[in-house]
This record gives sequence, structure tokens and C-alpha cells, in this order.
Amino acid sequence: MTEHGAVTEPDEAEPEAESEATEAEGVDAEEAEVAKRTGAESVVASLEAAGVETVFGVQGGAIMPVYDALYDSGLDHVTMAHEQGAAHAADAYGAVSGDPGVCMATSGPGATNLVTGLADADMDSEPVVALTGQVPTELVGNDAFQETDTVGVTTPITKSNYFASSPDTVGEDVSTAFALASHGRQGPTVVDLPKDVTTGETDVDPVEPEVPGTVDVQTRADDENVAAAAQTIVDADEPVILAGGGVVKGDATEELYAFATEHEIPVVTTMPGIGAFPEDHDLALEMAGMHGTGYANMAITLTDCLLAVGTRFDDRLTGGVDSFAPDAEVIHVDIDPAEISKNIEADHPLVGDAGTVLDQLDEAMPTSPDTEAWVEQCREWKEEYRLDYAAPEDEPLKPQYVVEAVDEATDRDTVVTTGVGQHQMWACQFWTYTEPRTWVSSHGLGAMGYGLPSAIGARVAADDDQSVVSFDGDGSFLMTCQELVVAVREQMDITVFVLNNEAIGMVRQWQDAFFDGRRMASEYPWVPKFDTLAEAFGADGFRIEGYDDAPDVIEEALAVDGPAVVDVYIDPTEDVYPMVPSGGDNGQFALSEDHL
Amino acid sequence: MSERDTEREGLPGPAPEDRRRPKGRRTSQGIRVDPEVEAEHPPRRTVISALVEHEPGVLARVSGLFSRRQFNIESLTVADTQNDDWARITVVVEEPDPGIDQVEKQLEKVVPVIHVRELADDAVTRELVVVKVDADRPHEVHAITEMYNGKTLDAGPRTITVELTGDEQKINDAIDAYRQFGIREIARTGQTALARGETKTAVVPDHLK
Ligand SMILES: Cc1ncc(C[n+]2csc(CCOP(=O)(O)OP(=O)(O)O)c2C)c(N)n1
Repeated sequence: MTEHGAVTEPDEAEPEAESEATEAEGVDAEEAEVAKRTGAESVVASLEAAGVETVFGVQGGAIMPVYDALYDSGLDHVTMAHEQGAAHAADAYGAVSGDPGVCMATSGPGATNLVTGLADADMDSEPVVALTGQVPTELVGNDAFQETDTVGVTTPITKSNYFASSPDTVGEDVSTAFALASHGRQGPTVVDLPKDVTTGETDVDPVEPEVPGTVDVQTRADDENVAAAAQTIVDADEPVILAGGGVVKGDATEELYAFATEHEIPVVTTMPGIGAFPEDHDLALEMAGMHGTGYANMAITLTDCLLAVGTRFDDRLTGGVDSFAPDAEVIHVDIDPAEISKNIEADHPLVGDAGTVLDQLDEAMPTSPDTEAWVEQCREWKEEYRLDYAAPEDEPLKPQYVVEAVDEATDRDTVVTTGVGQHQMWACQFWTYTEPRTWVSSHGLGAMGYGLPSAIGARVAADDDQSVVSFDGDGSFLMTCQELVVAVREQMDITVFVLNNEAIGMVRQWQDAFFDGRRMASEYPWVPKFDTLAEAFGADGFRIEGYDDAPDVIEEALAVDGPAVVDVYIDPTEDVYPMVPSGGDNGQFALSEDHL
Repeated sequence: MSERDTEREGLPGPAPEDRRRPKGRRTSQGIRVDPEVEAEHPPRRTVISALVEHEPGVLARVSGLFSRRQFNIESLTVADTQNDDWARITVVVEEPDPGIDQVEKQLEKVVPVIHVRELADDAVTRELVVVKVDADRPHEVHAITEMYNGKTLDAGPRTITVELTGDEQKINDAIDAYRQFGIREIARTGQTALARGETKTAVVPDHLK
């Protein structure tokens, strides 16, 4: 791999190679004019026109022509161990950089292996473009070798997808997929590439990414609605801002900060909204929902005016909708009109781009609400329901401590990725996120195995001086640990902390709480030694067994200039609290098992 | 790195029953209600019309959307329009108002969809049905067909097949009337519709015309 980092300006990446090559071969001008490229070369030229630098993928028969075209291009290709890894890496690349991540797979099994990653990107509105090989058009529909109806399979889990029908239009298909992935509400797109389309020839030049004419995204909210919403906020006694992933994706964190601090309104985030507002700020109440903070859940339950920005009111956030912010007038800002009043009825629908609408609202505010007493109340709740954990003198090591210790040992702009389970929740709760695009996780789909491949994608997208750490569970890590081979090959500076409780802990916690402690299939006493496993891949392996060795080993592992895996032996009995049982009432969160 | 704090004793804070509680509540559809007067959202039946780009896969996308989101679809028709590049999809749904609103918004999100709208009650709606009945009493069958302005498509010694068009009510009534002869098979198209008079069924933005 060459350079990581920001996408080049489109003019730097303009596909000039073709004309240079023809001139070099001394072809005369007339012939050069009808110079043809293959469909695959068109695909790659479109990627270049879109400013793509890196592609994550796995080779295979039906996609070989595209790989062949990549051979002569300036694009980097990161070969992943599994296509799911490629999709997650592309997704995390999108989350960290804001530009679409690209993944590539062959037909059939390659394409189906992308499915989890695409579903994940779809749920989290991450910009991803997937290019899949397909059997030649004449074999499509005949159950040919490695044929899968990729468009059919991915329709429910993508923003849009295309079956490329001709070498003449394949470049445009890719460009459109690009434009759509990052336009308006972001999301994954797929272009399925039959082999005859990529090997066939065309003289059609690649086009700049452009969204189809049927797509019309409104960025400014209706002024009358804005005025009414602004008045509602001014009149409120106990307003709360709920910042969702849309604030981060819409690059609206500055507008949010300005609005919240100017009008002294406490800010709660959803899980994808982590990083939208600095958690060390006085007005920050952090994450609400199932494992949100007690103070966020108190505020969101009792508020009389909820300004929700860029959130789809997932049930992990709302709990039972009947008890969600039941006293609040809801102002809902979203770029996607279909999200408004889908789960929670909006009294003031504001369709538009998060930053633009926040600015509009700010301009429309005749004055600020009087929130002094309310802010004080929230501050009291922050004390009363302080996030904490029991840490008795004797071992074993508490996972929350490890998260805090790694946070302290790293810079503010460190990117954190996770798998799915208890460790993910501890990484939400006990790390202090202060910058957008530093929290990368599988929110909506909750896909175990997301941690390591997403760290790889994040590493490619992040600045060189930015650290990337991943908190994983033993179960989640086992699902995709083969991607270590990539981190080692590319010498990627990533530190993975496997919070090892020899269990698929979150399931174990639920079994203890709701299934009479019948731990069916949730205990994992057969986990490998993760430090040794890392070494087998050629990475550096470490182990933490208790409080005594934790600080030093954390320092040592972080200092490794390349991939390191730390097997952290944590207290296997530790549970995640606070907790709102699914469908429960956020205001009735449990602080321990006694409250369930 | 800071010293480990062994004083930590777990999460503090009042128990659920000791916390301040909100006054209101919402319905299962997320609508804020006065706890005293529960708001009802009974389903209603309506016609939604979508103009779409005529490209492969649109129908699969639209029907997949409906099944995935569990919308209650009564019928769905699709065919070309005056413009070869466009097709019109007409859907009859039975949903409470929030559901109807979602159907429209979700349809609007499908990339090849040009315009979506719920048609007014006075829209011109029609359905075609083909009914095959036993031919034991041909004259009576014929009389019913005449009565409903239908057309006999095929008459043999054992079966008679007729065609009828009309609004939903008329078709239902006619089918009821044929039951006395013994209905062998029915094929219905589902409703198709246009807005009445000068009202446009779909508004096409200039750049797509
Ligand atoms: C692919 C996948 N399979 C199953 C689940 C269900 N699930 C949710 S959390 C969890 C346990 C995760 O265990 P581990 O990764 O060890 O993390 P821990 O909870 O122990 O921190 C499981 C099995 C899931 N989220 N994703």
C-alpha cells in the first residue's frame, strides 16, 4: 500500500492513462479518437474520476477483468481475508473519512460474503460502493457456476443497486452508484458486473459522479416550520437535543455545538451520534437508550421539548415508544423525509441537512429558552447516576478500567472501533469521545466480527498520526480474526484489546437476567490464547491478567508500530449497567440486577 | 496513567420507583396522547399512484419494499404510460394514516420513482375481471353479463367466460351475482386509477420530461 489518507482532488485522479498509452504506441490521431477501453477499464476510470484511492476486496473468476484493469491503475488494493472483512473495512473507511469506501468481490460466494457488511452499512447509513463480479450475461438466470442474483439479494439492504448491462454504460453505473452512496442520506450501493460487460469494449468516456434526476434531496427546511419549531424551543422549560448519526455524517458537529452552547441546551446522543458533541462538555449527557447513561435517560424521558437531529429513533434508543419522551413536543430534523414520524411522531418535521437546519433554527430563535434550572437538574442527575463500576481490591480486572486506561493513554483523536457485545457498551460508556468520526461501530445491525476489519478500514482512512484502537470481545474477535493477516501484511498500526471473558458475554448477561441463568451455548471456555494467535499471524501479542500489569502492557502495546493484539483477562462475571430491558421504559433503567 | 481507584462501588442513584416520572404517554405508533383520551388510528383504504422510470427491477423493488415493511397491500398494478420511459404503479393499501404516509415516503425513496401521490376519493378507478362460470344456464348468465355491461369472451357447452370492468364495488356485486351458476375461476387485475379532471396524477419535474 502506498499512502493512506484523504481522497485526492478529482482533477489529480483524472484518467489520462489511456490517451498517453495510445500516443506512446504511436497510434495516429484518427485511431486514437475511436480508442476503446474495456468495460473493466471504464469501471476503474470511474473509480478514479470519483477520487477513489483504495479498494478493499478479494479476487475471483467473475471479477478478474476488473482486477486486471486495476493492475495498471494508480489505485491501492487491500486484499482482505474474507469479503465480509472487505465490506466492513469499506464501511469504516466511509465512517472515518466521510467519502465512500469501496469493496470488491467476485460473483456468487464472494458477493454473498459481502451481505453482512452491506446490511451493516445500510442500517448505519454509511457510504459504501460494492462492485461484484457476475457470470456472463448469457448465463444469468441459468444457475451457472458461482451465480447468485446479487441485485435480488442486496435490494433490501442497499440504498440502490445496478446490474450493469453494457460496456457502454457500466462506467456511468459505477459513477451513479458513487454519487448515490454519498448523496443526501448516505448508504451502500452495489454494481453487479457480468463478465462479458467488463471484458467487452467501449469508446464511451467515464463520467463524473452524478445522481439520477429522480432523486431530489431537500437541504433547507421549510421556513415556516423552522419558525414554529424555534418558538417551541424558546418556550420550553426542559429542552434536550438528541444528536444522531446524521449529525456526524452531515458534518454538522460545529453547528450543533454552536446551537447547544449558545442556547444552553443539554445534549444526548444516540449510539451512532457518539462524537457529535464533546462528552467532556458540561452540557453533554452522553448516550441514551438501552445501555445509555442514567442521566441521558432521565433527561430524554422528562424533557418537554426534544430537538432530534439525524436519528431514526431505533428501538434500542427509544425502548417502548409509549414511554419515550412522552411529555415532549418533538422537533425532528432529518435529510430523509421517510424517517420523520416513522417511529416517533414529529410535532415539527424539519426535512433538511442537519447543519443547514440547525443554522436556520438558530437564526429563527427570537431569544434563548430559560434553561438554568433544567441544566442544573441535569447536572444533579450526572452526579446522582454517575457512570461507575465496582472495583474491589482483589482481582479480577474490570473491563471498564481497561477502557478508561487506554483512553487516558491515547490522544483525543484516537479512533475506536468495536465488535458487538458487552465490550462494545463499555467502549461507549467509559471512553470519553470528544471528536466526530472517532467512534466506529456496528450500531443498527449489531454485527459481531465488525471490530478488526473496521479497524483496518479506519486505519486506511485516518491520518497517519491518528491512533486506531479496537475493543473486541473474544466471541466477536473469533468471527473475523483472520483479517490479522491483512494488518500484518500492510504493517498497519492498530491495537486490538480483546476483552476476554471466555463467554459471549452479552448473551450470558441476558440469560442470567431473563432466562434463569440457563447459560445455553454462551460460555466459551475453549477460547484460544489471543496473544499467541496474534503471533502466529506475525503480529505482536500481549496479555493482561490483572491490575498490576495493565498500565505497562497497555503502554507497550500502544507503542508497537504495527498490529498488536492484547488478550485482556477480564472479570467474567461483569455485566453492563445501566440497562433498559428491550421495549422497556428509559426512565426506569436498571442500575443493577435488583432493578430488573 | 492514573492510579486505580479501589473505592469504586458500582452505579449510584435512586431506584426506579424513586425517580421523577413523566406525565404523558404515546401510542404504539409513537403518537403523543392525552392519557385520558386514547387516540385511535383505524386503517383506511386508499389508492396510491407512483410514476416510475420504466427500467428492469422496479416492480421487484417496489413489491419487495411492501413485503419487507409489512404494509397491507390490497392490489398492485403496473404497466406502461403515454411515455415509453415511464410506467405507472397503482397500489391499493389498507393502513392507518401513519402507515399510508410511510408507504408514500418509502416509495418516494426508491431511486427510479419519479412521483408518488395518494389519489383523492373522486379519482377515476377501474378494475378488469375475467370470470369463468358453469354454462348450465347460459341465458341467465348472459342476462347478468348484460346487466353489468360485461362482455362474453368465450361460451362453450360447459363453461362461459365473461369480462367486466368497473369500480371495485361493481365488480364485487357482479361476482356475487355469478355465484349462483357456479364460478370455476376468477382473474382480477387489481385497481388502476387516474386523478379526475385537470388534476395531475403525477407531477414530472421539467428535467425529466
Ligand atoms: C454475527 C452475530 N451473531 C450473533 C450475535 C448475537 N450476539 C450479540 S452480543 C453477542 C455476544 C458477543 O460476545 P463477545 O464478542 O465475546 O463480546 P462480550 O459480550 O463478551 O463483550 C452475541 C452472540 C450478533 N450480534 N452478531
